[in-house]
Amino acid sequence: MTATTRTDMRAPASPLVWRISAIVISILLLGLIILVSGESPLAVIDAMIGGAFGTPDKIGRVVNTLTVLLLCSAGLVFTFNAGLYNLGIEGQITFGAIAATLALRLFGAVLPGPIAIALCIIFGAIGGMLWGLLAGVLKVHGRISEIFAGLGLNFVAQALAIYLIFGPWKRAGVASTSGTEPFNDTLWLGAFGTTEATPVGVALALIATIATIVIVRRTHYGLRLRAVGRNPRASFVLGIPASRQMLSAFALCGILAGVGGALQVSGNFHRLIPTISGSLGYLGLLVVMLVNFDPLWVLPVAFFFSALNVGSLQLPLVLEKVDSSLSGVIQGMLVLAALIGRGFAEINVKQ
Amino acid sequence: MNLDQLIIILATAIASATPIVFAVIGETISERAGVINLSAEGTILFAAMAGFAVAHLSDSLWLGFAAAAIAGILIALIVAFGAITLRQSQIAIGFVLALLFTDLSSFIGNPFVRIPGPTVPAFPIPILKDIPILGRLLFDSDLLVYLSYALIVATWFFFYRTSAGLTMRAIGEQPNAAFARGANVIRLRYLYVLIGGALMGIAGAAFSLDFKAGWSYRHTGGYGWIALAIVIFGGWNPLRAALGAYFFGILQSLASVAQDQFPGVPTQVLTVLPFVLMILVLVLTSANWLDRLLAFLPSDTRRSVLRTLRAAPPAALGQPFVQD
Amino acid sequence: MLCISRFYSYTPPQRMKVELLHIHKHFGSVHANDDVSLVAEAGTIHGLLGENGAGKSTLVKMLSGFISRDAGEVKLDGKSINVHAPVDAIREGVGMLHQDPMDFPPLSVLENFVAGRQNAGLALNTRAAARELKDLASQFNFSLDPNAPVQELTVGERQQLEMLRLLALGTRVLILDEPTTGISAMQKTQLFAALRQLARQGKTVIFVSHKLEDVEALCDEVTVLRRGKLIGTQKIPCPASTLVAMMFGRELAAPVKPHTATGDVALDLRDAVISTNTYDLQIGALTVQRGEVIGLAGLEGSGQQEFLLACAGVDKLSHGRICIGSKDMTHKSYGDFLDAGVCYVPADRMRDGLIAGFTIREHVALRASHHRIFIDLSDSLKVAEQAIDTFNIRGKPETKVERLSGGNQQRTQLALMPDPLSVIFMEHPTRGLDIESTIWVWKQLIARCQAGCAILFASSDLDEIMQYSDRVIVFSGGRVSQPIRATDLNVDTLGQMIGGKF
Repeated sequence: MTATTRTDMRAPASPLVWRISAIVISILLLGLIILVSGESPLAVIDAMIGGAFGTPDKIGRVVNTLTVLLLCSAGLVFTFNAGLYNLGIEGQITFGAIAATLALRLFGAVLPGPIAIALCIIFGAIGGMLWGLLAGVLKVHGRISEIFAGLGLNFVAQALAIYLIFGPWKRAGVASTSGTEPFNDTLWLGAFGTTEATPVGVALALIATIATIVIVRRTHYGLRLRAVGRNPRASFVLGIPASRQMLSAFALCGILAGVGGALQVSGNFHRLIPTISGSLGYLGLLVVMLVNFDPLWVLPVAFFFSALNVGSLQLPLVLEKVDSSLSGVIQGMLVLAALIGRGFAEINVKQ
Repeated sequence: MNLDQLIIILATAIASATPIVFAVIGETISERAGVINLSAEGTILFAAMAGFAVAHLSDSLWLGFAAAAIAGILIALIVAFGAITLRQSQIAIGFVLALLFTDLSSFIGNPFVRIPGPTVPAFPIPILKDIPILGRLLFDSDLLVYLSYALIVATWFFFYRTSAGLTMRAIGEQPNAAFARGANVIRLRYLYVLIGGALMGIAGAAFSLDFKAGWSYRHTGGYGWIALAIVIFGGWNPLRAALGAYFFGILQSLASVAQDQFPGVPTQVLTVLPFVLMILVLVLTSANWLDRLLAFLPSDTRRSVLRTLRAAPPAALGQPFVQD
Repeated sequence: MLCISRFYSYTPPQRMKVELLHIHKHFGSVHANDDVSLVAEAGTIHGLLGENGAGKSTLVKMLSGFISRDAGEVKLDGKSINVHAPVDAIREGVGMLHQDPMDFPPLSVLENFVAGRQNAGLALNTRAAARELKDLASQFNFSLDPNAPVQELTVGERQQLEMLRLLALGTRVLILDEPTTGISAMQKTQLFAALRQLARQGKTVIFVSHKLEDVEALCDEVTVLRRGKLIGTQKIPCPASTLVAMMFGRELAAPVKPHTATGDVALDLRDAVISTNTYDLQIGALTVQRGEVIGLAGLEGSGQQEFLLACAGVDKLSHGRICIGSKDMTHKSYGDFLDAGVCYVPADRMRDGLIAGFTIREHVALRASHHRIFIDLSDSLKVAEQAIDTFNIRGKPETKVERLSGGNQQRTQLALMPDPLSVIFMEHPTRGLDIESTIWVWKQLIARCQAGCAILFASSDLDEIMQYSDRVIVFSGGRVSQPIRATDLNVDTLGQMIGGKF
């Protein structure tokens, strides 16, 4: 990628009007789509709010989704600021989850629960980091676009998870898509009351988010990372080793995604399932694109997106004509509107 | 394995690769003109859904395919507008569209899940199908398959034997030089992105109305991403891209045969395996350590081996064109 | 089907007089062409001579439709015309060969030859086109393999191909912009023969160059520009000194730099080879003293940038040894060069020197200690304010660098240079600055020299080279001259050297 495309990734401060009108249009379009499918948008909103916040259980689920989404988004803030499209994040979550499962299988029976869980999270972090670095090495030393290296590694991690679930780690008796044998509950991450939300997960996600804000905005490392992302050539001339910065961004993103994978295993599903990532890595990409790579806004947007995800799950039960994929439609429409709005703003600034 | 089995494997591979052939040719056209349409995954899914839904409601295959092509064109229009007119990152726009239309296909397609619909009827070509081996390989399927053969040849001819095709390659290489020679870069890029989108849309309908008939949640999941990889593997050449698609088809065909041969290996693993192998081949051939790996060869041989294994992307791929 | 002979049968008479009358062109605040006129008779080769930035390319680009003029008239054969795009110019019979070939490297020679033809049919008639290419090429004794990819051709061959392409389109006025840069001696002979042949056929050739010897060898008449203004037109042959006087105008400025060289070695090059896209620059031996200033003169793109990049450690020497101070730096990384006190200040500030979207304060912080973890906000703000104050930058610490004017961007680059340094490598230190700022910048740089720093700088401003250099090295056509004391130079010798005579 050249310097121009790098700088193009970041928009200058732009007239708010364009952005807001783009978002408003996208919301109107969404309303139209819902109307066409035969439901009232208000009923849908009502059902989604109920689905996300109706009971403590549901709130717990929102919080659980949020923790993993925050970890992924925080990680992606690093890669995006280094000018990289880390589409391989799904694989980094999955491989982290595989490593975390391995840790629990190895140590679950021999070590006390809390220590095994700690090892599970550490293994997850290492697994995610390795998978991230693999994409990074392919990019920096193999000159393979991180986009395709990442997508390819997603397939590989996915295949590996499926192989383990249906092969060596299969449930006693019959293998199935429902995943491996659930772990003994001593290996479950402790939760708030009867909900699924885990204090450890929440703490890790908040620490990661705050640390990302501080690192990207306040440290020399973050400054150098942003410099490389905007202009690798000038950064090099100024004495910043661009490839090392890129590799470190891949590693950091991988670590956070891997921890996310470990939380999915020990805190959420309590086993390894084929769709362990829950597409939260891709959702993280949308979150970070929507906030234009600024970590300060990751938390509110990630919270909104998590609520959408959980709130839409029950839609088909409440309103028979509306499918749960509505959350993805809303999220995608909003980000598309933001991109288009930004484009209009830039074009108008230039003219 | 006897000859009969081999022919069956290959014939299945060729036929079932047909949708991917449409998709990779569409993407190749778009990228040759300088625009990456990264929305392939969403486009194929959404067009598959739209094609199936319209064919089911109207009971007309033609309308189904037309609807799929229009869906592909509309999504490509968003890509073109964002990338060419607004000069936004083609990766960002395409990726968001890929996710958005994946979910939109599930959302809108919900009422059409697992219901019967029309499918493209078999149409063995008389006489030709009786040619030994070749007949059964190539001419014992349906019109869509024959159309894909024609598409490959026609695209190749267009690329390398017509002046419009030459101009198309020129705007993807050096848009400024092409502009100096009178090409309307913006308009042509729109045109080829839309044509590419139409072909990807047809690819979707080729799944839902023919080779993976029907509609279900994420019916064609993964094929869009693999199509993007095959375009690189095909070195932006329609013939090679088609070969890549057939290679992938063979991998899939082998995977389904292996199910009978090795009942111990879970089906799900075999289903993903072709995707993994395809990507591995791509990674191995495009990495620049291949140069070092082949260092023992004389330089002429090495260069031609490298040239067969990979090709440079169009020089202006992904770059917005600013006319000054 | 494409029928080649049609191009010829439809073309109007081959002879065409070119008149550019009272042309004006502004780029922002720069008056690139100020009331410039040029008249080229049909059947002649007309030279357009001038230094870098004299406005030559601007003038011919208006004739060939690549840029539009602000005022003035263009006449072909006495008929006033308006071209808005290069295709319009080609339709009128005007074709231009650019300094950087405007072609499609991965495509074949034949494909490049036919790409963009407006009235070609649906299918390419490759056989007819190949025959046409072969016929045209043989007219000029060019030998081009129609199936070779253009990226495997030399610059000279690409030029030949582009020329044949324009001729096949019916070009009657051929413009060549610095065509002898980067081509071999034999290709130059071939090119000149071809151009003379075209003139004999009645075509008009406009030959843009800064090389005296080429103009003297080839042209019938020459128009000289200096700083955007028309100086005059001269029949060839005429004494070289007349042309030099027209090009450079006046006595060069006298050296103003005090003696600061100390005798200690700051930079030492031995048997160095630096490879650029077009040349292998050879430097047998070069020793620069601490406190010394070396000016690099020559047409832009003659290898000065690659020389500076290699000496600064950003790129690698292809061959040879380099020492900074007493340390052997051959094969060392750029980081080691930075640690040795080297600083490179590029010409293209927004591409190579500064980071768009970053503020002045962020740039200051980027340059600050690499050992600390956290950015000291108040400190970087203080340093940025100081820099803005000392370097007189019109901007605030939180101003993004792309919003600064060119001059203020240059001041920012200077403000970002670490202190102390052992060698500074600069491209165009004062480009885009007014006279006062120029003097001020050099005061800062000379202060650096007095502290023992050596400076190597490239500039296309001969006054700057003469005023501030202790010694001058001239780059021309892939060759690098011996360093010459600035006091031993005069406008004539320098002009001749830049034109390749050394």
